[in-house]
Amino acid sequence: MADVAPFPRRLTRASATSESPLARALLIALALAFLSVVLLLPLLAVFSEALRNGVAAWAAALIEPDALAAVRLTLIVAAFAVPLNLVFGVVAAWAIGKFEFKGKAFLITLIDLPFSVSPVISGLVYVLLFGSGSLLGPFLKSHGIEVLFAVPGIVLATVFVTFPFVARELIPLMQEQGTADEEAALSLGASGWQTFWHVTLPNIRWGLLYGVLLCNARAMGEFGAVSVVSGHIRGLTNTMPLHIEILYNEYNFAAAFAVASLLAALALVTLVLKTAIELRYAGQMAAVRGH
Amino acid sequence: MTAVASSGWRFRQPSVLPGFGLTLGYTVAYLTLIILIPLAGLAWRSAGLGLDEFLRIAGDPRTLGALRVSFGAAFVAALVNLVFGLVVAWVLVRYRFPGRRIIDAVVDLPFALPTAVAGIALTAIYAPNGPLGSWFAGHGIRIAYAFPGIVIALVFIGLPFVVRTVQPVMEDLDREVEEAAATLGAGRFATVFRVLLPALMPASLTGFALAFARGVGEYGSVIFIAGNIPFVTEIAPLLIVIRLEEFNYSAATAIGALMLMISFAMLLVINLIQAWSRRRYSNG
Repeated sequence: MADVAPFPRRLTRASATSESPLARALLIALALAFLSVVLLLPLLAVFSEALRNGVAAWAAALIEPDALAAVRLTLIVAAFAVPLNLVFGVVAAWAIGKFEFKGKAFLITLIDLPFSVSPVISGLVYVLLFGSGSLLGPFLKSHGIEVLFAVPGIVLATVFVTFPFVARELIPLMQEQGTADEEAALSLGASGWQTFWHVTLPNIRWGLLYGVLLCNARAMGEFGAVSVVSGHIRGLTNTMPLHIEILYNEYNFAAAFAVASLLAALALVTLVLKTAIELRYAGQMAAVRGH
Repeated sequence: MTAVASSGWRFRQPSVLPGFGLTLGYTVAYLTLIILIPLAGLAWRSAGLGLDEFLRIAGDPRTLGALRVSFGAAFVAALVNLVFGLVVAWVLVRYRFPGRRIIDAVVDLPFALPTAVAGIALTAIYAPNGPLGSWFAGHGIRIAYAFPGIVIALVFIGLPFVVRTVQPVMEDLDREVEEAAATLGAGRFATVFRVLLPALMPASLTGFALAFARGVGEYGSVIFIAGNIPFVTEIAPLLIVIRLEEFNYSAATAIGALMLMISFAMLLVINLIQAWSRRRYSNG
């Protein structure tokens, strides 16, 4: 699709509807220079700072117990947050994408709400809900359940900030695909569950994967919201981003960048997979991107 | 199926597909539990402060200073992103050059790279002893631990919002409009500024608004590079964190509520401008 330029020979032919070759070269140079300084330079800095003291120092910073505990907690948090928001995304997209009802636009606005809320406020709302001055906090505490400054609080804050990712990929996709396939399956005698499993799910699987990928990247990298609810207990409630902050504030830059390089590598893998999905399944994704 | 009078008010259109009640119920319940109840809690707690207390916290010079830094830096960064985002989107949509696919993918880096990682990387680059920071320091310009550092972090965070909002609209631009402008004697410059840019206005404003909103609330990438000096480089989300660490929940609540109100008000205004410009410019 986007690969095929409408006028393939434009580079050699001056046209009234395109810029002069000089303007074109200048614009490309400007865009590349801007992207290199703003995006690529920081990425490069992460890896060069991480390896500044050699590979051995880099590896030592990663197998240190507190770093391993942070990696483990980050994986646990993502293992809760991503499936929860995955199920929600599919369910919400079924209700919103396959049915027409009043108040749909308002519901979509509410689902997008976490995107316009500061991560710090996303954490703050849970501190207010479960903190010492709240109604719920003391009640849960007397029953031996710790939410704040413990893993459940970190999971909740992460679920909040990654809430819309899967849903907002799937809703436009399922709206675009309509209900004809499902109606055909149902009229041929399939049950509702069979219809979803064998007809709907194969149609949305790439959009689903795409949403999960972005959701996971954010879940593992979330800093602000998690920072507010975690309490920063080393080895216990530190996720990888929080561990990076602690190391950095202790002027242990090499170790901070070593842990950061893991998250940067995750970001690169995410981008590569995302691009691969976009390239191979451009048709299915076009519905999402175009809206 | 029972006969339904087609003229009556109906919550939903009839459908043979199953599961509407279940899925909508789950959606609303989950949304209420995870998002709406916690946000309502914030509204309830800030309402509980009373107007006098709320205004006292909101009028505190340090609060005002932090809000000014957050909104000011986010505005400048969103402007930078608006200009360069349009250039990047244009280059990606209209030109074919080696490496375009990779560049296109790299634009999403800020979505994938954790903010804390971006924060320490940018600080390493722009600190007075960093590769770019030392050059600027030699010219007497301070980037990290000063206002420009905050702007640079927010430019990083906000760029994909502008590019990804404008890009699909640019792809759909009708070439015939440009041809018509050219046949009518408009130079390329006039065509771009008087035909193309107005058509891209609504999308550009949306991208600007998204980048701006994200910048106002941004925390992770900013706190490392900002220096966090009260009244000068202390951002509002950081002040919330500081108040929480002092167990001053009322101040944290009030600042949070204030930030949300200003953000929603600005998004509303931008939505109105957008609706207006869509009416004005895209009369198909």
